[in-house]
Amino acid sequence: MTLLRHTPAGEIKEREALVINPAKTCQPIGAMYASLGIHGALPHSHGSQGCCSYHRSTLTRHYKDPVMASTSSFTEGSAVFGGQANLLTAIQTIFSVYDPKVIAIHTTCLSETIGDDMVQIRKKAFDDGKVPDGKLIIYGNTPSYVGTHVTGYANMVKGIVRDLVKASETKGEHLAVIPGWVEPCDMREIKRYLNVLGVPFVMFPDTDGVFDAPMTGKHVFYPKGGAKVEDIATAGAAKASLCLGRVATALGSEELSKTFGVEGDVVDLPIGLAATDRMIESLIKTYGLTVAESINDERGKLVDLLSDMEQYLWGKKVAIFGDPDQLIPLTEFLKTMGMDVRHIVTGTEGNYIRDRLTEINPTANLKIGGDMFLLHQWMKNEPVDLLIGNTYGKYMARDEDVPFLRFGFPILDRQGHQHFPTVGYMGGIRLVEQILNLLMDRIDRDVEEHKMELQM
Amino acid sequence: MIEQRPDAATAKQELVGKYPSKLAKKRGQQMVANKIEDGGVVPEVLANSRTAPGIITQRGCTYAGCKGVILGPTRDIVNITHGPIGCGFYSWLTRRNMTDPGPDGENYMLYSFSSDLHENEIVFGGEKKLEAAVREAYELFHPKAISVFSTCPVGLIGDDVHAVARKMKEELGINVFGFSCEGYKGVSQSAGHHIANNQVFKHIVGLDDQVRGQKKFRVNLLGEYNIGGDAFEIEELFKRCGFELVATFSGNSTYGQFANAQTADLNMVMCHRSINYVAEMMEKKYGIPWIKVNFVSANATAKSLIKMAEYFEDAELLARTKAICEEELAKVEVMRKKYAARTHGKSVVLFVGGSRAHHYQELFKELEMKVLAAGYEFAHRDDYEGRKVLPTIKVDADSRNIEELHVEKDEALYRAYLSERKERLESEGYTFSDYAGMMPEMDTDSLVIDDISSYETEKLIELWKPDVFCAGIKEKYVIQKMGIPCKQLHNYDVGGPYNAFRGAVNFYRDIDRMANSPVWKLTLASWQEESVESASPVLEPALA
Repeated sequence: MTLLRHTPAGEIKEREALVINPAKTCQPIGAMYASLGIHGALPHSHGSQGCCSYHRSTLTRHYKDPVMASTSSFTEGSAVFGGQANLLTAIQTIFSVYDPKVIAIHTTCLSETIGDDMVQIRKKAFDDGKVPDGKLIIYGNTPSYVGTHVTGYANMVKGIVRDLVKASETKGEHLAVIPGWVEPCDMREIKRYLNVLGVPFVMFPDTDGVFDAPMTGKHVFYPKGGAKVEDIATAGAAKASLCLGRVATALGSEELSKTFGVEGDVVDLPIGLAATDRMIESLIKTYGLTVAESINDERGKLVDLLSDMEQYLWGKKVAIFGDPDQLIPLTEFLKTMGMDVRHIVTGTEGNYIRDRLTEINPTANLKIGGDMFLLHQWMKNEPVDLLIGNTYGKYMARDEDVPFLRFGFPILDRQGHQHFPTVGYMGGIRLVEQILNLLMDRIDRDVEEHKMELQM
Repeated sequence: MIEQRPDAATAKQELVGKYPSKLAKKRGQQMVANKIEDGGVVPEVLANSRTAPGIITQRGCTYAGCKGVILGPTRDIVNITHGPIGCGFYSWLTRRNMTDPGPDGENYMLYSFSSDLHENEIVFGGEKKLEAAVREAYELFHPKAISVFSTCPVGLIGDDVHAVARKMKEELGINVFGFSCEGYKGVSQSAGHHIANNQVFKHIVGLDDQVRGQKKFRVNLLGEYNIGGDAFEIEELFKRCGFELVATFSGNSTYGQFANAQTADLNMVMCHRSINYVAEMMEKKYGIPWIKVNFVSANATAKSLIKMAEYFEDAELLARTKAICEEELAKVEVMRKKYAARTHGKSVVLFVGGSRAHHYQELFKELEMKVLAAGYEFAHRDDYEGRKVLPTIKVDADSRNIEELHVEKDEALYRAYLSERKERLESEGYTFSDYAGMMPEMDTDSLVIDDISSYETEKLIELWKPDVFCAGIKEKYVIQKMGIPCKQLHNYDVGGPYNAFRGAVNFYRDIDRMANSPVWKLTLASWQEESVESASPVLEPALA
């Protein structure tokens, strides 16, 4: 009995209009995630209640932790006459009831279609005295009909830079770091690298300590984690910037450069050996630093593991779907492992993504702006040994009886992703371990009885 | 130190104390200390009213109520979300509706379909793309029916989904229909339920007149959504008792069931809020009477089954149903005693949905727990105070923009003998078309709060420290961070089924497990300042 029983093998009809089983979602959820990476910020969804409810629910299911955000609660009247009145009321209510340091507004397809002007409404809120002293309102334009959830993260990051960073004529020694959309533990791991390498930095967004908050018997409405507003402000005086993952951070990098004169590299997310090398090379270039021995050791451990276990990885066929900033270095890393990446789908479009993935892996089936229905058809036509993607992949994995590595967003049925990083060399070791476990469990399950191996 | 819980009136003052005055005044009308007067008269509570912008609410939108709740559990309709990708993505498999299509039956519930509108369509219109999407869905799957759900921008850019549906229906020769369920309509999911009811009634119910299966004791179950397999439990019981279930709206349902629903002799309404519209319309058009039932809790299940059997005036059916209830209740009682011994005297509050906050109180009563407070997320006054207040409910602008279908008697299909039977039974004291509401069944001085906010949720926990809190996914981890177990009553924390007899026992076990779990005592280590438990006074229930 199959789950996705209406997905046909064989000839694949190209679809022009219908998306089936999307490998993406909409902008505002990315903005909500980025906003929660600011300490003391309350994300505010300027749209119908459903948007906010859906985003909070999805993030909550992914993290099993509180996700607080408010909404403009549009009604038909606001949809027709504009959402200004709702937003002004919301701002007043939020400051009196929830008392955030910052309200981080993101728009929705509804408010963008109407054309609500965030700059003007924000000004009015200040003019009308609805914003208490010392409190801030920032915004990101995140129309859901453009791009994907990753675009939403990127647009909010741009808003954070534009509205929170302070211009500075003099530059300091610190690095402004913008991580792409990665897990709280990944952000923590990136900070560890910077600390070990002795690089002074300010990093934002920073969801470390936000979505992985400890149980204390109290609900801390604004969790300990998150980049502090006063720290973000100093990014304008940074020596340079380092942005990780072009699709999620290029806008932020651009804003830092154009508005604040802070230049720097945009490199891939440090997933896997080569991408982590490149992140460190960028730091060497900027700071002329000597890489700490402990980091060299971690790198060596990853290479050691790869050399120990290459026989189990080599030539294994893989299908992957997810977000471009992850897929680019992950595909590269899978190739490093000797694996054969056969099918790649991302819901996010862009020539850059196509070019990079084609360059890294010219022989795979590749669809930029594709969906999981197509990926499943490819898997039926050309079976693989491993599927990598978010939780929605479990239905395909079960139907095709393929080992399945949960990686990306959202993960709704397993834990650990918020705690154990997949970036850096140790993150690489974790990925290799997870992949090996899946492949080797399969060998142990399927091997003929008289060929069962004790040591592997 | 033993301390009295502050009473409901004091608690209410605390809950609204921090709000700006206008908001405090409005919230004051949405919270009442319960009081039951003669004839089951309870205080008026303001419900189905706008949530103040900026308030962190449990509520979702009209699209969620229409596509997610009502049509979500139907397996053989290709449901296409017309809009940008998000809405289709978030409503994809997130409601735990189970379905049993058999080894090779149609099942599109595991798929998400979207027209994925981009900027170009927002500017120039999305009808062409929608047409193409419907055509592509048809070519791939050849389903019996395709439906289209409008998201927020669709209404604004003026796409006529109904015109597209009519055109495609003609072109493809299958049933295609649309829902104008833009998220901004109404004040909550509730508007979406109504819109879904209207279109299902208009476009599907009545299309198939063939009476299949057993000719007697034909029933429809309305407002049951098969979360965690609830419907499977109920279906099995119906079969044992001898009822022929024609259609469920909409747990474990098919298009064909809806089309054939008018061949039933009785409609049972489970979730009054989401589906009473269909019950009312079917009675008007076909003469099928409806009764309110509840399959949450063992006692409620037995009462409902016996009431169904009584309707059919068949001694054999009634005797068999009673015997089954007796047998099952005896089995449940053994388990109930075991669990109630561990939950006795504990307290609970329920803030969820449009009927669950009421229905689940029965289960907590069986567990000998005290309901301190309850409220709905998207219900109306009649769900709180009973249908007797319907004539006094003011229709505001937000409700007025939801279409009321004009339904007339179908002269060919109206079965006068059903309405005659209704009249006869009524004269004997049998109640039809009634829902008494939640408040008459709650204790005096318990607190009733409509559309509770996250701020009020936390404040209520501080004030009353219930042993168990029932809510949804967005509230769950806030509550649990405070050291109080939260039972999700939308998705059951991936548990269930909780309906009918076996479901009741599942619920007892899960509540015992949560309320008595050692995990809540692990929060602080010996060297940390003060444990949560010693920090807070032991509270005695304020209620008698």
